[in-house]
Amino acid sequence: MALADMRSPIESGCPDGFQYMHPTMRRNFGLWKYHEQPRGGVMCHVAHSGDKVWTVKAGTQRILDLFTLRKLTEIGDKYGEGHIHFTLRSNIEYFVTEESKVQPLIDALEGAGFIVGGTANSVAMISHTQGWLHCDIPGTDASGVVKSMMDELIDDFKNCNMPNRVHITTSCCQINCGGQGDIAINVQHTKPPKINHDLVGNVCERPTVVARCPVAAIRPAMVNGKPSLEIDEKKCICCGACFPPCPPMQINHPEHSKLAIWVGGNHSNARSKPTFQRLVAAGVPNNPPRWPEATAIVKQILQAYKDGAKDWERINDWIERIGWPRFFEVTGLPFTKYHIDNWRGSRNSLNASTHIRF
Amino acid sequence: MAKKIYETPMLDELENGPWPSFISGFKRLRDDHPDERINTVVSGLLGQLEHSYETRKGYWKGGTVSVFGYGGGIIPRFSEVAEAFPESKEFHTIRVQPPAGNHYTTDMLNQLADSWEKYGSGLVTFHGQTGNIMFIGTDTENTQHFFDDINEYGWDLGGAGPCVRTAMSCIGGARCEQSCANEHGIHRHLVNEFVDDVHRPALPYKFKFKVSGCPNDCQNAIERSDFAVIGTWRDEMKIDQDEVKAFVEKKGRDYVLDNVTSRCPTNCMKLNDDNTLTVDNHECVRCMHCLNVMNKALSPGDDKGVSILIGGKRTLKIGDLMGTVVVPFKKLDTAEDYEELVEMAGDIIDFFAENALEHERTGEMIERIGLVNFLEGVGIDVDPNMISSPRQCSYVRMDGWDEEAEKWFARKAEQAAG
Ligand code: HEM
Ligand code: SF4
Ligand code: SF4
Ligand code: SF4
Ligand code: SF4
Repeated sequence: MALADMRSPIESGCPDGFQYMHPTMRRNFGLWKYHEQPRGGVMCHVAHSGDKVWTVKAGTQRILDLFTLRKLTEIGDKYGEGHIHFTLRSNIEYFVTEESKVQPLIDALEGAGFIVGGTANSVAMISHTQGWLHCDIPGTDASGVVKSMMDELIDDFKNCNMPNRVHITTSCCQINCGGQGDIAINVQHTKPPKINHDLVGNVCERPTVVARCPVAAIRPAMVNGKPSLEIDEKKCICCGACFPPCPPMQINHPEHSKLAIWVGGNHSNARSKPTFQRLVAAGVPNNPPRWPEATAIVKQILQAYKDGAKDWERINDWIERIGWPRFFEVTGLPFTKYHIDNWRGSRNSLNASTHIRF
Repeated sequence: MAKKIYETPMLDELENGPWPSFISGFKRLRDDHPDERINTVVSGLLGQLEHSYETRKGYWKGGTVSVFGYGGGIIPRFSEVAEAFPESKEFHTIRVQPPAGNHYTTDMLNQLADSWEKYGSGLVTFHGQTGNIMFIGTDTENTQHFFDDINEYGWDLGGAGPCVRTAMSCIGGARCEQSCANEHGIHRHLVNEFVDDVHRPALPYKFKFKVSGCPNDCQNAIERSDFAVIGTWRDEMKIDQDEVKAFVEKKGRDYVLDNVTSRCPTNCMKLNDDNTLTVDNHECVRCMHCLNVMNKALSPGDDKGVSILIGGKRTLKIGDLMGTVVVPFKKLDTAEDYEELVEMAGDIIDFFAENALEHERTGEMIERIGLVNFLEGVGIDVDPNMISSPRQCSYVRMDGWDEEAEKWFARKAEQAAG
């Protein structure tokens, strides 16, 4: 196409959401009074005006094919009121203003294979990233890991049986697009990148790659008479940060790229300040198509949490109360030298007291 | 050309189990969709994905693809195994900005589906972790056609690369009694002021806005955005004592003592003998816990506004950082208030553009130069709410003390004068 034929974009930015919002929600914007949770996956919000809106929330496969998307909109037209909201964890929410519409909507969703749940103290939909399906640097898949785990956690998604809500996240490389979670299942590489020296000179901007390394383990070098890069393997922490700017520094490996499991990340300010997740298990095999080893550890942690936590304690609150030694005791996970942090600020994570539980 | 069907024994395993299967959806597109272009592209995708499962490796590489007039918004994907799976050799993702609050009508979703059916693979996600609608899988030419099509009816690309990124906001005022801010308005005022910086990546690295209507921070703003806006209030919380009594009656005093008052992080609540509740609002840190548990009885106050935290980010490169309080409280009632907010965001982005190293996030820059240098650079006064404790080590030069103390008293006097 000649440039002259090209259409200039309309730089409209972020669209106004009010035009798509349910009219009852628009009318009562900022004027809600309280809500109730009649059952898993359903909320009833009551406005100061007396208006009510019932939300029915359902989990989907997140990567939607158009048949599924159209099925979801068809359900919204027939059993909902034509307005839809997607949550941060890619659940779909329908809104109805009559209680009598709730059960038929649930039946329609469940009849079509969607899973109603994910509210209150449930195990929410696992948030996931791109993985082998469409990222350029992944060590594992994302949608497949989540599908396998949700198959096993489905009852905890539907029912609200946990002490408080549980947010699980996954990340398919150590950039960790998945973010903080009460439980996070993330790729953890265990060997330095393998460099294809024939390609580095042509493909990679070497100073950029050198600058990208968090521990200054990369230096420019001539290899076989060609400009390339060299890694000090004793320094390398196998983070994979050099791989995106320089694909010939292959970090992903079918055996050595493993999974690690982290717990206690919590974004909310409720009770304690927001917290980062902490390492609890590593060396977990990256085992497609169903990753059973990772799921088993997640279930072990969830069971211990369910048994031990008090109402309203998130995983971080629970561990804060019982202490880390007891966490390892009740989950049966091994405590190793890798659990002791040596990154910047790590001294703050050491016990400088005689506060010890016996 | 008859489409080729690849064997997918590993992916087939993901059709088992009760959770909806994305693989079954892919197969429907491959086998049942009337458009042969979609059948073949998804067939190739399934082949390549199975290959990834078998070899435990990814096979996409990046490149440069964009639409006319823009520099970003597309995640280019070219297959490294295109010889084996030629049908999906180009499989770019198009990032489209959702409406503030992620609201849709079924009609609009169907219209987007129609457009994507014409030009794409038929796979879409609402939404990616960065907040965009992700239209997954199209080739370079159709990237432009698809964008032209949806851009005509109100949709624009999101950010990708070192630029202002697509913003996110919670459902907030639309359906949540805890909302203390117009998340919608804040979201659009902020990100739409910077459309040029969204579409033409020219910053040291990414810059994200996220908005949560209250300290529950459902948008994960403090940790996941460079510029987090969190609704809050500064007068007394509202207590409906009749509802308190009803709650105590229903749950019992022990439940309230164990789950509400004793969990308050500042011990500022008291359950009285007559089953009413007293809160020392001066001590309350607006953590939301008691409001979450007793949401019918307790509500935020009337003097609402926002706190702003700067510098949250994920692992690369120095490790995860939470945002830091930079504005403890700001009213957002008038057009002027919003102007000030947007101006402040502009100042911070400008300072970031000038002072961050290449590929350094705002939080990392602040870590490197120190919070005080950042505050002086953007013209914000220090405030004890910015820290969790003052300096611990005496190794610092402080010969400007008297002037700094003077400034503090002058500011206090100014505030007192109103
Ligand atoms: C090769 C380049 C990269 C591409 C194509 C890419 C793509 C993406 C995509 C598509 C998402 C949304 C994931 C989903 O929900 O499925 C995402 C999220 C994210 N990415 Fe990247 N990414 C890249 C590199 C990075 C790097 C280098 C970082 C380092 C800091 C990073 C940090 C993040 C974070 C923190 C999120 C979560 C977003 C949020 O909470 O707002 N990404 N990225
Ligand atoms: S976590 Fe890593 S591999 Fe996964 S989507 Fe994000 S950048 Fe890609
Ligand atoms: S993997 Fe990480 S630590 Fe190792 S060389 Fe690359 S950037 Fe440096
Ligand atoms: S952040 Fe607060 S206002 Fe927003 S949806 Fe969550 S609880 Fe409601
Ligand atoms: S909001 Fe938090 S700090 Fe304030 S009274 Fe309630 S529990 Fe205490």
